[in-house]
Amino acid sequence: MANSANQNQKLNGKLSTIAVDTYRWMVLARTFEDRISNIYRAGKIVGGVYVGKGQEAFSASLASQLMKGQDIYSPLIRDMAGRAAFGEPLIDAARTYLGSAQGPSVGRDGNVHRGNSQEGMPTMISHLGAMISVVCGMLFARRLRKKLNTVVGAACIGDGATSTGAFHEALNMAAVEKLPLIISIANNQFAYSTPTDRQFACNELVDRAAGYGVNGININGTDLVECIEGFEKVISLARAGDGPQIVVGNLLRLSGHGEHDDAPYVSNEMRSSDLGQDCLLKAKNKIIEESWCTENECNEIQEQATVEVNAAIAQAESEKGPNPYSHDWNAYSSPSFRK
Amino acid sequence: MSISYLEAIREAQSLALENDENVFIYGQDVGAFGGAFKATKNLFQKYPDRVIDSPISEDAMVGLAVGAAIEGMRPIIEMQFADFSSVGFNQIVNQAATLFWRTAVPCPITIRLPSGGTPGSGPFHSQCMETIYAHYPGTIVMTPATVEDAYSMLLEAIAIDDPVIFCEHKYLYYHLKSDSLPKQTLPAKSARIVRSGRHATVVTYSAMLHEALRAADNMKNDGYEIEVVDLRCIKPIDMSTVLGSIARTGRVLAIGEAFPWGGVTSEIISRISSEGFNLLDAPPVRLNSIDTPIPYHPDLWRYHRPTASSVEEELRKLIRE
Ligand SMILES: Cc1ncc(C[n+]2csc(CCOP(=O)(O)OP(=O)(O)O)c2C)c(N)n1
Repeated sequence: MANSANQNQKLNGKLSTIAVDTYRWMVLARTFEDRISNIYRAGKIVGGVYVGKGQEAFSASLASQLMKGQDIYSPLIRDMAGRAAFGEPLIDAARTYLGSAQGPSVGRDGNVHRGNSQEGMPTMISHLGAMISVVCGMLFARRLRKKLNTVVGAACIGDGATSTGAFHEALNMAAVEKLPLIISIANNQFAYSTPTDRQFACNELVDRAAGYGVNGININGTDLVECIEGFEKVISLARAGDGPQIVVGNLLRLSGHGEHDDAPYVSNEMRSSDLGQDCLLKAKNKIIEESWCTENECNEIQEQATVEVNAAIAQAESEKGPNPYSHDWNAYSSPSFRK
Repeated sequence: MSISYLEAIREAQSLALENDENVFIYGQDVGAFGGAFKATKNLFQKYPDRVIDSPISEDAMVGLAVGAAIEGMRPIIEMQFADFSSVGFNQIVNQAATLFWRTAVPCPITIRLPSGGTPGSGPFHSQCMETIYAHYPGTIVMTPATVEDAYSMLLEAIAIDDPVIFCEHKYLYYHLKSDSLPKQTLPAKSARIVRSGRHATVVTYSAMLHEALRAADNMKNDGYEIEVVDLRCIKPIDMSTVLGSIARTGRVLAIGEAFPWGGVTSEIISRISSEGFNLLDAPPVRLNSIDTPIPYHPDLWRYHRPTASSVEEELRKLIRE
């Protein structure tokens, strides 16, 4: 106890900065996704909307501690906060949801399927589990080119997706290759409607780590400070050559699976349990309580987020969608195979 | 000097490794052991960092290749047998084949599939998977039938900035030999007229080329001249060579070793029917394996796939039409 209190004190200067920084991204993500949900309800978004409400602390705490321009971050559907923290321009998100031709996939893919692999953020495909080995490959390539140094790669995933063969293959491969991979598992208790007891039979997902020969930790995903400290630890272990790391964040999805879903399968009991606490409110209280920010400063963070979100959405709304007649209908990069 | 189809594949990889530091080979047993078929023999000894044993994880192997390609590498993935690429199917068709379309980042990976039947290999070590992968936008599918093509097309595959499914035929690995490796080559996407004739055209690829050539030889004694087109690459398909040949012969038989439902031969026939209907003097015909899994017993296996004699039978019917 004394030890961890000491450590906390030592960290405090740094912790407060990271916490406030991470909180900003959480607020931005929540504000953006709330707006997107409203636009969806107004029938103005084609396709689905999947949000990360309740998962922002867990998502952003990882990404805000990665080094942009160096590390690799592979977000999934509930990682708006992590994407923002890793440097994804908000306008990319707005454009993708609103179908602007200027979005990163020029209308070819939508909603959460955006990224920028040249900036270390590979673009997800829907097939769950499939991105982890891609991150392995990016790390592997850097090692082959002797450019790995202290780079780490992080792949995000949900509890349900840990049941895929792809998850197993990629984690096992990362362990065999001893890659600096962090797998961040947001255990939000459900995969769509399926509870975790229909998904796996071990007590805790983190128990699997031992079987793969990797390190694993379990953290309270609703608690910003615990998330920051947990990720800090595994990131430094991975940087130091300790191989793959698993982090399981226990939390609850505070939304439906998508915005079309009112999640009747989540019991009131679970909603009112500790898992159901809103990480954003908790973080705000903690930040004020620790005097890392005043209440006013927290409100300013919110106001600034609202301004940014409004601007991004207004801009994306004013832009044209793709034109099928002038679109480059080519799936090939090689000139001699293009039509 | 005599070089086999398998050695040509090894030589091509060796040259690619030598010429480009971004090339690496990843697959089961490809390292010190040299691969199940020895397609990578001695390569690990020369390039120990870049010829690497993988776990038995076809999904993750292809995922890794895509990630490495994003970083600018040019990975070669060896599937131990084409059949097992089904486990990596998702990464091939959904990750690799869509990458450039979705993100404008090229995906220069080569996936080598030791394909096709040999006596005694049975249902799970004999498959021809070209159709499956060709179906998806974004892939290039090569099916070399000669030692020279095995070499030059593999080099081209590795140099191409898109995912290439390289279907190399196991039956040809040791059977097929050539005096030397080619200096000048035809681009992979062009078909080749291997034998010219005037009574009918056979359109085929991979090991079936040799069955077709044998059938054509047999029929020569009876005065029939059969033109044989080797597609070489089944995606894209070089239709102008195919149609040019049919313009001369008026009759066509498309042959593939793969299962009969859908696939390369039906694609060929369908395109001929719509693009070259007026060139035809008789209904176009196709010949594939029997529509069952591939049998183990050599006597069943020989009957299951098209052979020179079944090809000849079809050709004689076609010419009589
Ligand atoms: C391989 C695969 N199967 C099914 C789906 C459909 N699907 C999309 S999200 C989802 C639930 C995912 O649950 P989980 O991994 O726990 O993540 P969460 O949605 O809870 O964040 C399913 C089944 C998919 N995308 N990929």
